[in-house]
Amino acid sequence: MSLGSGLAKGLAVTFRTMTRRAVTQQYPETQPLLPPRSRGVIALFEENCTVCMLCARECPDWCIYIDSHKETVPPAAPGGRERSRNVLDRFAIDFALCMYCGICIEVCPFDALFWSPEFEYAETDIHELTHERDRLRAWMWTVPEPPPLDPAAEEPKEIAAATKAAEREGS
Amino acid sequence: MDVADVAVRLLAVLLAFLLLPLLVGQGEHKVMAHMQGRVGPMHAGGFHGWAQLVADGVKFVQKEDTIPAGADRRIFQLAPAVALIPYLVVIVAIPLGPDGMVGQVLDAGIFFVLAVLGVGVLGSLMAGWASANKYSLLGGLRTAAQLMAYELPLLLSAASVAMAAGTLSLTGILGAFEWWWVPWQLIGGLVFFTAGLAELQRPPFDAPIAPEEIVFGAYTEYSGLRFAFFLLAEYAGIVVVSALTAVLFLGGWHGPFADQLGWLWMLLKTAALCFVVIWARVAWPRLRADQIQQFAWTVLVPLALAQIALTGVVKVVTS
Repeated sequence: MSLGSGLAKGLAVTFRTMTRRAVTQQYPETQPLLPPRSRGVIALFEENCTVCMLCARECPDWCIYIDSHKETVPPAAPGGRERSRNVLDRFAIDFALCMYCGICIEVCPFDALFWSPEFEYAETDIHELTHERDRLRAWMWTVPEPPPLDPAAEEPKEIAAATKAAEREGS
Repeated sequence: MDVADVAVRLLAVLLAFLLLPLLVGQGEHKVMAHMQGRVGPMHAGGFHGWAQLVADGVKFVQKEDTIPAGADRRIFQLAPAVALIPYLVVIVAIPLGPDGMVGQVLDAGIFFVLAVLGVGVLGSLMAGWASANKYSLLGGLRTAAQLMAYELPLLLSAASVAMAAGTLSLTGILGAFEWWWVPWQLIGGLVFFTAGLAELQRPPFDAPIAPEEIVFGAYTEYSGLRFAFFLLAEYAGIVVVSALTAVLFLGGWHGPFADQLGWLWMLLKTAALCFVVIWARVAWPRLRADQIQQFAWTVLVPLALAQIALTGVVKVVTS
């Protein structure tokens, strides 16, 4: 390619770009369109939490704080034995430490932790980045519903188990 | 010439000097952004960031004006003024419209303009020499080399127009202008504009301030208002070189309804050339210092000489 054609090409490319719409999104005015699996923040569905501590123990940088106490529940049937139940007192995630690996969400056996695409929780003080259970619970409302399965995908485990149980009942 | 007339003319020149470079600067923000698929400043002033340069000015004023310990203080402090004021002086001689719409008619207009334009580059030399900084010195020396190389094609191509018009006065040249001068002086125009670009150290001839190699060349040690003056000088330089190219090679105020709209044609031609200056910055990579020299001596000077020969031949044939 000769010298002149390269120069002309540079001019042409820049001019063509100028006539097109800019790709910039003006953030505070326009909210970004985030994909459904965006890792914005970790939300807690505390009704599902059984204080099994798996998330806190698997967390690679120990950024999850859980406090709980035991309560005794009266027996279900008369003459039965009293049951004990874990009650969650505190659930906090220090987002100054969290590295958004998502292991806590993977490891939760009771579906109490979810990814939310919400990302506007910056603070001016690093200590205020430890967010408590009420804030984590509020983020549950921003969790999008799971994306639909691929066509011809395997049935979800829950539905497969339910149909199997129904078949057993019927037979 | 009475006092009121002089005052109005000087005021107009000062206004052009203060306003046009800022318009070019803002234009560069926006044009450059859109050429790169961005939108540029959007918030300052509310509407599409129109007040961005005002905000920048306020910022520069607030910054501390530092002078390096080893610097030659007087020269260091004087350099931004030397870089900036010549462009103000040049604008006095550039005609805006027909019938004396010019700061001051000068018989040796081309000489005056090109001589004063050369002084502006001295500001960079002084800054580079006085900063007591090796990067500044390298930048200053590159500026000097570039000045030496490009002053010659600049003068030669301007001389070609003076030959064609038979006068050195800028208003006289525009008075004698015919439309076919544009193709006749085309090569000279390209040489003049390119050499002007190089004098201004604008990309692709910005090796003297190349940030990847020598920090910011001669301006490395400057901060605050003095640095802002150097930037302003760059944009004033773009206006002046574009306006001079428009006057010498594109017919200045000549155009339809030149009697009423002459000033508009002149401003439009200048604006179009300013756009080209910005466009070149976005589209083209920087030339190396040795390539800059090679380009001046092996391409521009022969082209300028060829233009002078062509001008001479046509002049002899037609007279």
